Amino acid sequence: MKKIILSAVALLVAANVAQASEQIHIVGSSTVYPFSSYVAEELGATTKFKTPVVESTGSGGGMKLFCAGNGMDTPDITNASRRMKAKEYKKCQENGVKYITEVVVGYDGIALAQSKDTAPLNLTRKQILLAVAAEVPNKEGTALIANPYHFWNEIDASLPHRKITFYGPPTSSGTRDAFEDLTMKAVAKKMDVYTKLYKADKKANKKYKKYHEVRQDGVYVPSGENDNLIVQKLTKDADALGIFGYSYLAENSDRIAAATVKGIAPSPEAVQDGSYKLSRSLYFYIKKSHMDKVPGMKEYIKLFTSEQMIGDDGACTDIGLIALPEEMRAKYRTQAASLTNLKPEDLKK
Amino acid sequence: MTTENFQADARKRKRDRADKRFKFYGFAAIVFALAFLVFFFIDIISKGLPAFQQAEIQVEVHYNAATMKNYNKAVDKKYKRLVSKTWLRLVPNQMRDKPELIGEDRLEWVLAENRVDQFLKGHEGHRLKSKHQKLVKQMLDEGKVRLVFNTGFFSKGDSKLPENAGILASAIGSVLVLLLTMLFAVPIGVMTAIYLEEFAPDNRLTQIIEVNINNLAAIPSILYGLLGLAIFINFMGVPRSSALVGGLTLALMTLPVIIIAARAALRAVPDSIREAAYGLGASNLQVVWHHVLPLAMPGILTGSIIGLAQAMGETAPLLIVGMMAYIPEAPGSIFEATTVLPAQIYTWSSESLRAFEERTAAGIMVLLAVLLSLNAIAVKFRNRSENTW
Repeated sequence: MKKIILSAVALLVAANVAQASEQIHIVGSSTVYPFSSYVAEELGATTKFKTPVVESTGSGGGMKLFCAGNGMDTPDITNASRRMKAKEYKKCQENGVKYITEVVVGYDGIALAQSKDTAPLNLTRKQILLAVAAEVPNKEGTALIANPYHFWNEIDASLPHRKITFYGPPTSSGTRDAFEDLTMKAVAKKMDVYTKLYKADKKANKKYKKYHEVRQDGVYVPSGENDNLIVQKLTKDADALGIFGYSYLAENSDRIAAATVKGIAPSPEAVQDGSYKLSRSLYFYIKKSHMDKVPGMKEYIKLFTSEQMIGDDGACTDIGLIALPEEMRAKYRTQAASLTNLKPEDLKK
Repeated sequence: MTTENFQADARKRKRDRADKRFKFYGFAAIVFALAFLVFFFIDIISKGLPAFQQAEIQVEVHYNAATMKNYNKAVDKKYKRLVSKTWLRLVPNQMRDKPELIGEDRLEWVLAENRVDQFLKGHEGHRLKSKHQKLVKQMLDEGKVRLVFNTGFFSKGDSKLPENAGILASAIGSVLVLLLTMLFAVPIGVMTAIYLEEFAPDNRLTQIIEVNINNLAAIPSILYGLLGLAIFINFMGVPRSSALVGGLTLALMTLPVIIIAARAALRAVPDSIREAAYGLGASNLQVVWHHVLPLAMPGILTGSIIGLAQAMGETAPLLIVGMMAYIPEAPGSIFEATTVLPAQIYTWSSESLRAFEERTAAGIMVLLAVLLSLNAIAVKFRNRSENTW
């Protein structure tokens, strides 16, 4: 009986290897996932094509699957909440994924939010760094010490006497990468006290070039990929600050409010004009070798880049995407339509 | 005598008190556990019940050339934000299917947008704009807004817009995956148990196998996901996210449970039955097939059902093999991408739109109902299997 079953399984598998994929397979960032799957749904509902499968694997996980090769069992498109890294591009090339097109679909703001009942808080990026970094400068600013701060007013006398607590994403998350890039790295790379250590010994002290180590003494609580959980925690803990994507802030505006960064609250306008600093671009990458083999890819890309989806009043904008300025949208629309190849030098910019 | 008696009495009272305390601890533990359960049920049911109703609004639908070009034109501009996009976008297709509609203006009940739905149900955080709130209230007075039973929840697949999201696709996926799991795990598990219990010699090797099986039953389920990824997807080339890979992975996970339960059931069949059969000249196969297995069957089935119920509620290994994804359509074959109920609940729970909160709870209610009925069947078998020898 065992033998029969085993051979049946083997037969099923053998029969299946020859099958080509008839459905678009998309992987990648959990931040782009809601928009990508919305477009997928609309494509499935309004055209004859099958609804693409969209899997939320995180930006890094998506790149890994995407760059694994050209086989039909590899994803056709990967979403990312950050740009492809040069290392990932190289990996793609090595595995034969030679031609890739990059498209930017919009922005995502990272919100620092707190319970609506808590007094408003205004921070600078440097204050955020001092609150979350594992090592911070001492009082004189001459050397680094383990982060001693537990109340905001210890960092700056103008801040309230309030316990520092962060609920934020774990290291696997693209939001976490972006948070570290936009606050910690952006500030630390301009602070002598960090960079001089790097200059003193470039190999051993590489991490101080753009310092982004988050403290692990319980002040920053990694809270999983589920942003709704962070929102719930904020309503229970009045002192805490949460870190998540802008769409969650907008959707929960009845119970949480944003902390302002340099006096600017996250809003689509502030992100578009660049005055709100904690924002990033959202991308997707197309595997060109699959364009002729998978039906519907061209239509999916066209739909995703259309005004109807990512325009100022588009459907994705409705569910929390922050639209690109009009001329940028037009630029990426043509880039997507003509399938411009991504070049290694693009990634260095 | 008096002092001795008195001391004995005191000791007895002390013992009685200890006895009572002990009983009380046990009782308190049960009350504590029940309180959690009750809290959970109340929370889930109170959150989930509203999801079984869905708002509809009555608007005039314009079937014309302008709508064909831009589906937002199907209703008057002031109603555009109240009508679900998932309904609007299908209007052009409707006209293509039924050309006689073109040129008509019809008054129709259509699916309302999720914010309208949440507003009508009185949920905080509905985020309906105040001008739309006024409009909805006015329409409510005119009887142009209603809450109806949410048939869509049971007849549709996943959607990014909560008013259109349903559990049908994931329920079908669950059934398919469970069938595959059963197909692979039960025969292999039962055969393993029969071999180990009836035929295998008691030596080092079988002892090692036994220890390993018991150990496998206890390891975290996510490891089976990694195993499934390595063997089925990377080595055997089974398509990612498909029902087949899910079924195979869950079968791996369920195997140890089934083997252990089946062995216990076989062991419970008294040797006198085997000896009587041998005494009458039955072969090994006849003893097992005609006597031991039928008697052990209820126990084996109970174990299998409990193992399968566990598999049904599992998400962690499925995450690794790619079933935690946006897959709105029910699978047409076991090679197509499929999602399952618990995975669907998980994806809804992480959606940003607030209306998904009640869908999540409703999904949990459905899953609980299915699990409860599976376990009820298991209990029924167990009662039947209580043979006295």
